[in-house]
Amino acid sequence: MVEHASSYSKDGEDKMKKDNIFKRFLYSQKTAPYVFVLPFLLSFCVFWIYPFSSTIVMSFQDIQPMGSKWIGLGNYKKLLADKVFLQAVGNSVMYMLLTLVLLIPFPLLFASLLDSRLVKAKGIWKALLYIPSLTSVVISGTLFRMMFSERDGSQFNLILNFFGHDKIQWLKMYPTAYFALLLIACWRWTGVNMLYFLSGLKSIDTGLYESAEIDGATGWQKFIYVTIPMLRPTLIYVLTISIYAGLAMFLESFMLWGNGSPYNIGTTIVGYLYRRGIEKNQMGYASAVGLVLLIIALVINMIQLILSGTFKKEES
Amino acid sequence: MDNTMTKIKPNKSSKIGGKTRSILTVLSTGFFAILSILVAMPLVIGFTASMRPGSEMMAQGLHLNLNFKEWMLDNYVYLLSGNEDSIKFFNWFKNSLFLTLISVIGTLILCYFIAYGLSMYDFKLKNTLFFIVIATMMVPFEILMLPLYQEIINFGLIDTTWGVVLPGLCGASTIFFFKQYMSSLPKELLDAGRIDGATEYGICLRIMLPITKPAFAAMAILTSMGSWNNLLWPMLIYKDASKFTLPIGLNTLLTPYGNNYDVLIAGSMFSLIPVFIIFIIFQKYFVEGMTAGAVKG
Repeated sequence: MVEHASSYSKDGEDKMKKDNIFKRFLYSQKTAPYVFVLPFLLSFCVFWIYPFSSTIVMSFQDIQPMGSKWIGLGNYKKLLADKVFLQAVGNSVMYMLLTLVLLIPFPLLFASLLDSRLVKAKGIWKALLYIPSLTSVVISGTLFRMMFSERDGSQFNLILNFFGHDKIQWLKMYPTAYFALLLIACWRWTGVNMLYFLSGLKSIDTGLYESAEIDGATGWQKFIYVTIPMLRPTLIYVLTISIYAGLAMFLESFMLWGNGSPYNIGTTIVGYLYRRGIEKNQMGYASAVGLVLLIIALVINMIQLILSGTFKKEES
Repeated sequence: MDNTMTKIKPNKSSKIGGKTRSILTVLSTGFFAILSILVAMPLVIGFTASMRPGSEMMAQGLHLNLNFKEWMLDNYVYLLSGNEDSIKFFNWFKNSLFLTLISVIGTLILCYFIAYGLSMYDFKLKNTLFFIVIATMMVPFEILMLPLYQEIINFGLIDTTWGVVLPGLCGASTIFFFKQYMSSLPKELLDAGRIDGATEYGICLRIMLPITKPAFAAMAILTSMGSWNNLLWPMLIYKDASKFTLPIGLNTLLTPYGNNYDVLIAGSMFSLIPVFIIFIIFQKYFVEGMTAGAVKG
């Protein structure tokens, strides 16, 4: 590289030569890609590798202001016996599963309907269903918290009242608290998932439907044998991000209860991590919580990817 | 009619007669109309509540109030009147704008360069690096949150905008989107630029950047929405109340002992205005930016 550069420089002066060598090096086609990706390398080392390894290290330590000491698997052993943590894991997994049940089939159905020629004024419905995802979790959380308040005049108590039922304390019981959390999730993400599926449907070759029709397939058969297989990349993408988002849910619960729900009915894994790490300053214990979350997320996603046959395709 | 020429326009309902078809059209359009009304409800309810005293919302609970005679603009007048609360609110507004602007500009420039390097050249580390970009997306931010928070404290960046912005500048999903977009651009342009004597960086900035504009637009929208609405990380980093952004500030008003519920409800509705304006103007970019990863997989 250097020889190549110096042979090019016509100037005799040393300083100019050095300058040119550097410039040649920086501007060469071989160096340029590294210059371009340099910010990522830096950011990856400083803001990913370092925190990631330090959270692994911390999870085996008892962190005190005066210094930390190694306690081996102590944090993890304590976690397995920690009832609140186990409840939080149960809450997060349950929330994740229920969001999958609600936020994949229904948006897919809506998207298929919108993709047909039966629906008029499509643009308006798409926009209106998408709008909730633009509101911050603070605004949506505040609105739903107030609509689910235990007072007489809250929207959902008024609805109960309309059906002749007494008012209830929505956010203080298990099933209704879950209903509130799931309703926020559905409200915010139905439109988004619908648009994902819609763009997936748009990319399917209409010729496939034609040949299915020639073979005498009914609408339902076309959906099962053409639409679903062709939509697989989109389905896997939505499934993956939904699993992560569901397991890592925290802010919705934080907005409804301020991270202190009665009997921990709304405490999630990340909520527990926040409580231990930020509020109680137990970094070691909180790191162990985070790593258990990562393991759960990776395992569930692996199962999902194996079941959906993502790896099979690459092998053959 | 559909059933005479089925092969030209294949459709689920091609075997259905005209009458049933129009009934189905009315039914499914009506279904979406009802669904949209239900989805719009929480925001409509929030808006009607902002026309009433905030204390009423806390005492009675939030509900739809269509009694127009009871409506008043007092909350908004109070919010805009330049008193202590209004100064506080618009300070949050300004902080949010500033934070969004900094992170959007920084993120777009850096992610464009990184994706450019990853998609326009063949070099040793290329595939490894792209794999790393994907892998970082597999680890939720919440897991790195605590050690990152400590790191920011150690760097002395706590309570600064740098502390909020820096860790997110090279966002994996933004890099991924730019790379997806650029992989469809003709690489011959690079050689043409080289023959014309342009440097590698000149090609990147003067030839490729202008044709990447649509990707910039889509990512600008997505990044700015994310930044405008971000709560968790800024809430950890900003300690000084004068630096709070809108989500943090509005959240502080939501306490059982507060007396600023007027500002809470009117301010919440007010802070949606810029978001809606941007959405209405740039609607198509929202969808483009969002769905890029989903189709190609």
